[in-house]
Amino acid sequence: MSWAGKILRVDLTAGTVKSEPLNKEWARNYLGSRGLGSKYLVEEVDAKVDPLSPANKIIWATGPLTGTMASTGGRYTVITKSPLTGTIACSNSGGYWGAEFKMAGWDMVIFEGKSAKPVYLYVNDDVAELRDASHLWGKSVWETEETLKKSLQDPLTRVSSIGKAGENGILYAAVVNDLHRAAGRSGVGTVMGSKNLKAIAVRGTKGVGNIHNPKAFMKATTEKKKILAENGVTGQGLPAYGTQVLMNVINEVGGLPTRNHRDNQFEGAKDISAEAMATPRATDGKKQLVTNQACFGCTIACGRISKMDQGHFTVANKPQYWGASGGLEYEAAWALGAANGVNDLETLQYATMLCNEEGIDPITFGTTVGAVMELYDMGVLTKEQVGIEAKFGSAHALAFLVEETVNGRGFGKEIGQGSKRLTAKYGHPELSMSSKGLEFPAYDGRAIQGIGLAYATSNRGGCHLRGYTIASEVLGIPVKTDPLEHEGKPELVKAFQDATAAFDSSGLCIFTTFAWGLADLAPQMQAAIGEEYTTEELEKIGERIWNMEREFNNRAGFTAKDDSLPPRLLKEACKTGPATGKVNMLAEMMPKYYAARGWDKEGHPTAATRKRLSL
Amino acid sequence: MQKTLHINADKCTGCMQCEMACSFENYGTFATAKSRIKVFDFHHTGKKVPYTCTQCDEAWCLHACPVEAITVDKATGAKVVNEATCVGCKVCTIACPFGTINYVEETGKVQKCDLCGGDPACASACPTGAITFIDSNWTGLGKMEQWADKLANQPSAG
Repeated sequence: MSWAGKILRVDLTAGTVKSEPLNKEWARNYLGSRGLGSKYLVEEVDAKVDPLSPANKIIWATGPLTGTMASTGGRYTVITKSPLTGTIACSNSGGYWGAEFKMAGWDMVIFEGKSAKPVYLYVNDDVAELRDASHLWGKSVWETEETLKKSLQDPLTRVSSIGKAGENGILYAAVVNDLHRAAGRSGVGTVMGSKNLKAIAVRGTKGVGNIHNPKAFMKATTEKKKILAENGVTGQGLPAYGTQVLMNVINEVGGLPTRNHRDNQFEGAKDISAEAMATPRATDGKKQLVTNQACFGCTIACGRISKMDQGHFTVANKPQYWGASGGLEYEAAWALGAANGVNDLETLQYATMLCNEEGIDPITFGTTVGAVMELYDMGVLTKEQVGIEAKFGSAHALAFLVEETVNGRGFGKEIGQGSKRLTAKYGHPELSMSSKGLEFPAYDGRAIQGIGLAYATSNRGGCHLRGYTIASEVLGIPVKTDPLEHEGKPELVKAFQDATAAFDSSGLCIFTTFAWGLADLAPQMQAAIGEEYTTEELEKIGERIWNMEREFNNRAGFTAKDDSLPPRLLKEACKTGPATGKVNMLAEMMPKYYAARGWDKEGHPTAATRKRLSL
Repeated sequence: MQKTLHINADKCTGCMQCEMACSFENYGTFATAKSRIKVFDFHHTGKKVPYTCTQCDEAWCLHACPVEAITVDKATGAKVVNEATCVGCKVCTIACPFGTINYVEETGKVQKCDLCGGDPACASACPTGAITFIDSNWTGLGKMEQWADKLANQPSAG
């Protein structure tokens, strides 16, 4: 049934590693990965727990399709309570680590407590043990991977780890695997660091073998790969241009937040776009983009591999940054670029490499720099405080601040607290472009109404990946809706959120949904697991997961008031482009969203809703 | 017509579908660790390169085997390990200049690519055409066509 049927439980306080059977009933009702890992978390952790205390737990979870030939079947999710937001945190990553872990014969690993000294978990099939990591502490993600592969004498080892950022308590540290794939958001890496857990090194040779109906599975996965290959987005746009294909598109609809959302279009968008990455540089005649790369099992291959101009001021005399490395994805290019008004593509690539190297979320980092630049512009922050002239558009300031932040130096320590804490400290909490303390990604909630509602209601705060209505509102998938129109969006947001929860829990990548619906996922799940999963049932499971996450947040102390957007998105209208004059119509949409969800006015699922979803 | 696994590394994305297909074909499980084709990810250059046995005509492994466990599949030209005969001495793994025949601890035998009896699973699974199974006599045909095209149809090249 495509599960290994076993999970690891690691007590870091006691230093013990135990195997226990997977809860099959929960796996049936919450699918896997995001849903199943979250079920374990909400059952085992008090929602009011201090996220950085030993009482918090952190879980690495695979899905039933992780490590199989289903396209994109390589994903894993890290689940914990977020130190940045206080909400449930759940960040997923691709690369190769998730499949390797599943192939070692484990579905999930739960860490509890706190180790007295730095440790890493070593897993080699049935062998799973905590080992001393004092020699790794203080090392970057890249050094950690290299050191472990060498010392274990096994280049095929896969590593999921934190860099210095996770050790230093930066509140949005990422967990990074395979050099540049990350469980990026919500500070899951910070929780890992708080437990003195540096890495999980895995070698899995057993494989994923117990597919319920192998013949039906191969047939279904082959058919569905064909759909991905023939789709314009997954078959052409993403492999050729990556997610960066969106930069010019989103700018054209007037939805590219610029300079901390002061503007909604960026005059430098074309300079930091996919097209710019593929154009030879004036300086050395080479393109920044070298090639694309797939994660495990992925037949889309949207990942970017880039190389910098060796003479650029950020890397001159730093040969460690001259090789090919993870390139700019759209969210990073936006957060490091447009959000700060910086249009220097090379500096953005440098910043994204440092985010990968030391493990931080470029979205929260970039957006926090945007807030710093606005405070600097207002005269609230000075050059002496920040350590550099932090004008909007300054590539030098961006490069300086990313170095300070990942290394936990100077003003970087304050940037490492995220925009909510930083803007509050300097008396301007309204300038944090976030919901529930998580900074917005690359879409303006005024120009694109549905995504604003998705930000306000996402269970991990301002996030596009929990209900990517951009697909419908901009790209017309599965049907085109008007981004400027708020009518109908509550229902659209709910539908996207529920379907996404199901996809995220399968072990597959959400990018498949540019071409697939739940009807395409169902036969693959069914053949793998051997239980009947109809489209309706997957929708319902997605809704169950959504409500479970919501109830965790409610218990943690979040209320309807937290389903909000900053005043700028509700009161300061878009200045240019097709969305001129628009603000987000959240107050209009929210009651309808609650009604569609079956929640009362406080945002709590009603008794009838809980019963319907078997919560 | 004899056919050959032909690899065009420029098209490889590193997705590992080939490795999974190989292990599934031979062991009924998705286990990249058991694959007879391996994808190498040279991350400093961004190159991903699939590599497997090229089925030498005068195969070092075959000649080195003291028990004649490696034979030629007449239909495909593949050098095939007969597991019942193999004694796990590993001499073939030393003899092979390319490293494409390897010992398997679980079985106590060696394994190598056998072209799946004439329909290689890796080539079928490759989503980008980086691995194809083509006429052994004309593995260069695609490249020749590209250059011919450049010569004739792209004025700038002339």
